[in-house]
Formats: sequence, C-alpha cells, structure tokens
Amino acid sequence: MANELVQPDRFFLNRFGLDERTLERTLGTALERKADYADLYFEFRSAEALSLEESIVNKTAKSISQGVGVRVCAQDRTGYAYSDEVTVDRMRLAAETARAIADESSPRGPLQVGTRVPASSLYPITLSPTEIPIREKARLLEQIDRAARAVDPRVKMVTASFAAEDKIVMVVNSEGRIAADRQPLCRLSVSVIAEDGGNRQTGTFGGGGRVEWSYFLDHERWRQYALEAARQALINLDAIDAPAGEMVVVLGPGWPGVLLHEAVGHGLEGDFNRKKTSTFSGRIGQRVASELCTVVDDGTIPNRRGSINIDDEGTPTQRNVLIEKGILRGYLQDRLNAHLMGVEPTGNGRRESFAHIPMPRMTNTFMLAGNHTREEIIRSVDRGLYAVNFGGGQVDITSGRFVFSASEAYLIEHGQITHPVKGATLIGNGPEVLTRVSMVGNDLELDAGVGTCGKNGQSVPVGVGMPTIRIDALTVGGTRTA
Amino acid sequence: MDEISLEMGQWVLDHARRAGASAAEVMMISAESLSAGVRLGEVEKLKSSRERRLGIRVFTGQSAATASTAELERASLQRFIADTVELARLTAADPYAGLPDPALHPHTLPDLDLADHSHGVIAAEQALKIARAAEAAAIASDARIKNSEGSGFDSGVHELIFMNSQGFSGRFTATSFSLSTVVIAEADGAMQRDYWYSANRHFEKLEPPETVGIRAAQRALRRLGARKIKTTSAPVVFDPDMAAGLIRVLAGAASGPALYKRASFLLDRLGHQVMSPQASIIDDGTIPGLLGSRPFDGEGLPTRRKALVEKGVLCSYLLDCYSARKLAMKPTGNASRGLGDSPGVSPHNLYLEPGPYTPEQIIGSVRNGLYVTELIGFGVNSVTGDYSRGASGIWIKDGMLAYPVEEITIAGNLKEMYKAIEMIGNDLVWRSSIVSPTIKIAEMTIAGS
Repeated sequence: MANELVQPDRFFLNRFGLDERTLERTLGTALERKADYADLYFEFRSAEALSLEESIVNKTAKSISQGVGVRVCAQDRTGYAYSDEVTVDRMRLAAETARAIADESSPRGPLQVGTRVPASSLYPITLSPTEIPIREKARLLEQIDRAARAVDPRVKMVTASFAAEDKIVMVVNSEGRIAADRQPLCRLSVSVIAEDGGNRQTGTFGGGGRVEWSYFLDHERWRQYALEAARQALINLDAIDAPAGEMVVVLGPGWPGVLLHEAVGHGLEGDFNRKKTSTFSGRIGQRVASELCTVVDDGTIPNRRGSINIDDEGTPTQRNVLIEKGILRGYLQDRLNAHLMGVEPTGNGRRESFAHIPMPRMTNTFMLAGNHTREEIIRSVDRGLYAVNFGGGQVDITSGRFVFSASEAYLIEHGQITHPVKGATLIGNGPEVLTRVSMVGNDLELDAGVGTCGKNGQSVPVGVGMPTIRIDALTVGGTRTA
Repeated sequence: MDEISLEMGQWVLDHARRAGASAAEVMMISAESLSAGVRLGEVEKLKSSRERRLGIRVFTGQSAATASTAELERASLQRFIADTVELARLTAADPYAGLPDPALHPHTLPDLDLADHSHGVIAAEQALKIARAAEAAAIASDARIKNSEGSGFDSGVHELIFMNSQGFSGRFTATSFSLSTVVIAEADGAMQRDYWYSANRHFEKLEPPETVGIRAAQRALRRLGARKIKTTSAPVVFDPDMAAGLIRVLAGAASGPALYKRASFLLDRLGHQVMSPQASIIDDGTIPGLLGSRPFDGEGLPTRRKALVEKGVLCSYLLDCYSARKLAMKPTGNASRGLGDSPGVSPHNLYLEPGPYTPEQIIGSVRNGLYVTELIGFGVNSVTGDYSRGASGIWIKDGMLAYPVEEITIAGNLKEMYKAIEMIGNDLVWRSSIVSPTIKIAEMTIAGS
C-alpha cells in the first residue's frame, strides 16, 4: 500500500481485480432468498508495534490482514460468513453460507451497485505513522525512557510502546451504495514502576488517535506522557488505604468519563433496547440524570481515536444526544436494530474486523460542560473522594450495575484535597448515578486517546470525556471501614 | 489458496535464512468454525469462518522481529520474509534473545486427544437445534424467565504447525465445542441476567443442552430481589468460577515477564509461604483432552506437570526462554504464542488442588458472610496485590444462603487473601483451562451503603 494516495474504494477493486458487476453478482447470490438486506465488508489492515523495556527497543512486530465478510439480514436474523481470501469464488461461497438464515427463494429485481456515499474527512493524514522509519520511532521510545527515569531515582522500570495501524475499509450494500474509508490509528503508551524499599507502585499514561507522527512531537507531547506516568507511580508510593462505603465522589475531567461509557453508554445501545434487556429499555423521554447532565456520543470530532468518517456499515457518523438536561433522548443504532425499532441508524454500527458482525457501539462519549470551577466543586465537599485517573470499567446492562476502577485518587477533607489513596473500584447503578450529579464543572476535557471498548468479544477504539463532576453518593470499594 | 504444510514451513525457514536470518521460527494456523445463535426460539445468527494465517519470528544475531500475514502465495511470502528480516536488523540487539537450547526440544510428541475425530464443525441445523434446546429448557423452567439474550453453539477445528530453524517441527489438530445460554429473569419490575456455558474438545462431553439452560435460569432467578448491604468486614466464599479468577491472577504474578519487569507482588517470594498451607496449585499441559493441553509450547518445548505452589509455598515460576534467561533459570514450557507476537507466558491447565470440604460444609461454616457468584471490573493490581472488585452473590446467614446481594465491592490485598484461605472445596470440575474448587477467605472488606 505504502504511500500511494489511493481512493479507498478503488483500492479493493484494484487489489483484488473486482468490479461493480462482481459485487452485484455476489450481493445477488446473498439475496437469492427472502432477505431484507445484504452487504459486503472489505478490510485491509497493516499494523506495526514496537516496545521498549529495560532501556532497549527489543520487540518489533508487523502484521497484515485482509478479508471480506458477507452479511445477509432477514428480519432480526443475521447470516454472516467471512474469508481471508478475497476472490470471486470465496465471496460467492460466503454469500451462499450467509443466506442460510433466510427463508426459501423469492424473486427480486436486479440490483445496481455504484452510488458513492459522501463522507467527511475527519483525519486527512498524508503520512501514516507506519511510514515513519522504525529507527526514528525507537529513538523516541528511548527518549521517553530517559525522561521518565530522570524524574526521580525511585523510578526503577520503564516500558514504552508504540502501535500504529492503517486500515482501509469498503462497504457495498444491496441498496447499491458504496462507502469507503481509510482509518489510520496510533497510540503511544508509557508505564512506570517506582520503588521505595519494598513498596512498588505503577503509573501509566499514553495517548494518540487518528493522527500523524508529528502529533507526538508537538510541544514534546511524548515527554508529558513520560512525566505523567512517573508522577502517578510516585504519588501512589505515598497512598494510604482507600475508604470503603458510600460517600461523595468528585471525578476529575477527561478519562474519568469512562463513568458515562459504563453507566449509561452501553445501556443505550440499540440491540439491548430492541430486545428490552437493558435497564434503560423503554425509557426515552424519562428523567435518568440530574438536569445538569447532557451526554452526547459524537463520532465526528477530528482526529479522535473514537471518530470515524463512516461506521462499519457505511453510515456516516454524527453527533447523537443521548441525555439532554437529564432526559433520555436516544439510543445508539446500527442498521439492523434501527430498522427493527423503526428509527434511523445513528452511525454507530461498528465491528472489530471483517471476522465480526457489526453491533451498535459507542464512538466518543462525553458530558457537556457546566458552570462550576473545579475548586468550587472540591470546596463543596466535607468528606469524600476525588478520583482523577482510572483503569477500565464494566457494566451489567440488565441490572444497570457498573464498576470502574480508580488508579489515582485522593481524600477530600473539609473542602481540601489531602492524602492520596490506593486504587479502588467504584460501583453504582446506571439509571441512578447521574441523578445524583449535583455540580458540573466548566472544564470539559476529552481523554488522551487510549480507550478500547469490549463487547461480546469484539474490541473497538473509543473516546470518553467529562468535566469535573460531583456525585452526591457512590460506593467506594476500599479496604478501610470508617 | 495454499494449504498449510510442513513443506511450506520449511520453505519459509529456508527463505528466512536466504534473506539473512541467523535463526527463525514459523507458525501456521488453519481454522474453520461455525457459530450459531438463537433467541426466543428463532434463529438470530449464523456465522461461518475460514482462516489461514502464518507468523514468523526471525533473528539476525541477537535481534529479533515478528510478523504475521494471511497472504500465503509464495511471491507475497517472499516479500513478507525479507521485510521481517529487515525489521529484525533495525531492532536493538538483546543478549537474552534467541531460540531455545536445542537439547530441550522433545524427540517425540504425545497424543493428547485434542481432536474429536467423530465430530468436526457441527452443521448449522444441528448447532441451532442444540442452542434452541438449551434456551427452551431455560424458558420452560420458570415463568419468571421472561426474556433472553439468546443461546449459542460454536464449533471449530484448527490445525497448528510450528517449526524452527534448529530442526524442531510439531503439529496438532484440535477441535472445540461450546454451548452457552444467557437469560433474563424478571420480578417486581426488576431484571436480572445470568448465564451458563459448557465447553469441551469433545462433542459428547458437553453438558446436555437442558442442563446448560436450566443452570442459566437458576443462576438468573436466584439474583431476583437482590439488595445492597451495609459496609462491613466478613468471610467471603468464592464459588468455583470466581475462585478460578484468583488462581489466574496468581499465575500472572508468577509469570517470568511480570517478574523481570518487577511488576509482580510475588517478586522475590520463590521458596516462601505465599498461600495458606492447605493450598497447592498445579499447572499441567499434558492432561489428555483438556482445553489447555498442548503437545509443545509456543517455542517448541515440551509441556509438563509442575507445582506452582505446594502446601502454600511458591515453588515455581512460569517461564518462556527469554524470561528464563533474564532470571537465570530454566524455561518451564509455558511460552504462549500469538501468530504475530513475541512469545509470552501462560499456564496450560491450571488448578487449585481440591480439599476435603463439600461446598455445603464451607457455606455452613459461615455465620455471616458473602457467597460471591459474580465479580466485575478490573480492580486487581498485580504489582501491589491490591484487590477491589464489584461483586454480586448471596448473603450467608447462620450457615445458610439467605438472600441475594448486589452493588457491593469486595476488597483486600492478594498477598493476605491467599494466606487467609481457610477452607478448600472438593468440587473441582474442568470447565475451562483454569479451574478451582470453592474456597473460603477468612475476611475481606465489603463496601455497600
């Protein structure tokens, strides 16, 4: 693929010697039975990773994958078959396999493929990070290693890694539409272990997105990553046991937005709501948050990790308001679930790769800013927890229970931030937690670009964001009972 | 497309050498599978797949690079090999890198009964029938099972060939079958979901669909009416699946890469008491027919049985060749391998040896405590051992399961939790490759309202 600036849709036609007529024939085979819809998803992915440990870049890896998935939908049934060999024969076989979910044959008119779906250009990248020489990337990891170690002699171990991929996708569907996109993505991560006697603590930081290599060099962004990872590890050396029980929790801006992803985002995905298995099912128009809360999922923010020009069904992405001033406004939809629920797709049909069936997924999920300053919010708390960095989270969308784990948190005592405390899991209930939001900060931040969301065994890159917020009561899973 | 074969492997190794590699490994996988799903009795999903992939690791002296591809035509492979050798040249030399000591490769490979020769990929019609039967049994078992996330039956066959430039060559074929059901119980306007599954390398050894469905239903039903409890400290009984999670974390902390990176709470603990004296943990890749068994590891070394922990004393780490050299120890045959990744480390079939108690005796020993049946979230810090996870389960009152509880956390530090294992159950069942009987931990912090 190299540097050639190919049109993503021509890319596959050229690479595999296909033309519109072959695509029509394959779709025709897929639709030979009584089906509502069929699509072909082509994917080419070239990825690269390198990592540093003990001050040398000793691991490098590359991979190339490509394939085609054929999907047939009939009512709520989905037939899917894929192959990593893209030939007319394999595509026909896949189409025959996928259509097995549809009932016996029904004649239909000819179909014509060719309408191009116009898409925006959220990440116009001329030079993919995969094209930057390995040596240059290795040098940056070595600089990160030195920068992190220079922070403090207690920094004993640094690992740093860079991963980049270049993905080209094309979706051709039975409505005759062709949508294609080139989706670069990269991430730089730093992890530090600080030691003081027998006390060992970690700190991690990183970032990236659909950006060029120069993104990491601007204002020495790489150095901020190194310093931030070291700072977190050092802070945790002084952490005391976290408290246990229900208390006021203040969440810092940015990555703590993972709260929204777990507490409401998943529960608003169309598949769960169509099946009525989500705690949010049938609650559109109802109050699910305090009126200070407006939550959106927006796949159109330039260069973000969670952004895409088109989703993996060829639908252009958009900004979807999920909760407006506390009122539940909408769900996240792919084509199948939108069709079955009688609404429009929202550009949230995503899949991990050609080996997977698309599902409704989040893109960049965040809460809009409010009026308070961070200082005002902290000052308002007599006794509580201030949590600023998190690891992952998880949710049971049926009962609404969700967790997310703090990796950097502090006690708030009499309106002041006091001791750092050890990491602890916070647990709550999705439809309840946002009703307890009593203050929203004016400091909205999006995360640095490291999030990956897992659902039914499929991982996709996502973003989150939030201003500082105050939650009047949330259970903190520490070890210290009051 | 070219099928994978020993000839293709040899061709790749030869070309790696010709491109300038001083040593090389090649791994090839060919896999087919079918996954069938039903929901509320109707077909929901059929997914069929076929994959052929190849991965290599090449060395130029002490520098290594890995790569994987699905383009198996010889012309593309030749470019792919040359690119990977070039990548190795650009990678820093590492004195610990390299293939295993050739003397460690086995001469013969055991037949571990990993393939079901009477059943391959199960055809759609039968797969759907099995999935339907499981879901139907769940729904029929109780009127409060009002909804379903569906039931799925998956089957697959994969063949793996692994060869290196110092003459090791191994191959095996494995089958896998799994059935799972997720249902939703509803009462008083509240919903609870739960699931059950069965997985095996042999089709006939799966739990019957009715059993899977009814277990899923029972598990969802017993959560109805769950309440939050007050923050407290109390004994916690882990059901076998939850206990297996604790054993998995220990294996992670005992793995070579975590140790040489000093990212483990088991650092410098070899030979020390790290668990209760009742606890022994075994890893064994040689048990016929099990999901984690393999005739050789990801570097071509024999797998074997070893105790990680014996009567509470940490007596072995899990090591691949690289981490073994770093730690000046011998590899343990635990190299794991993705196609395009450097070797990592993982256990094969890992289990906590069963103890003398029935699960009823263990629950019966608790006056006030938690029986935990689900844990969510990622609140386990394997560097410090700090542990804090979201939990649901059943409250134990006077030795009896009394009422369901949810929206609580359990927390402690693994270093203390492992030592505080007071009772170990006799109920070990090989449901996956990491298993445990029921265990009881003397005391943990439970956070609630």
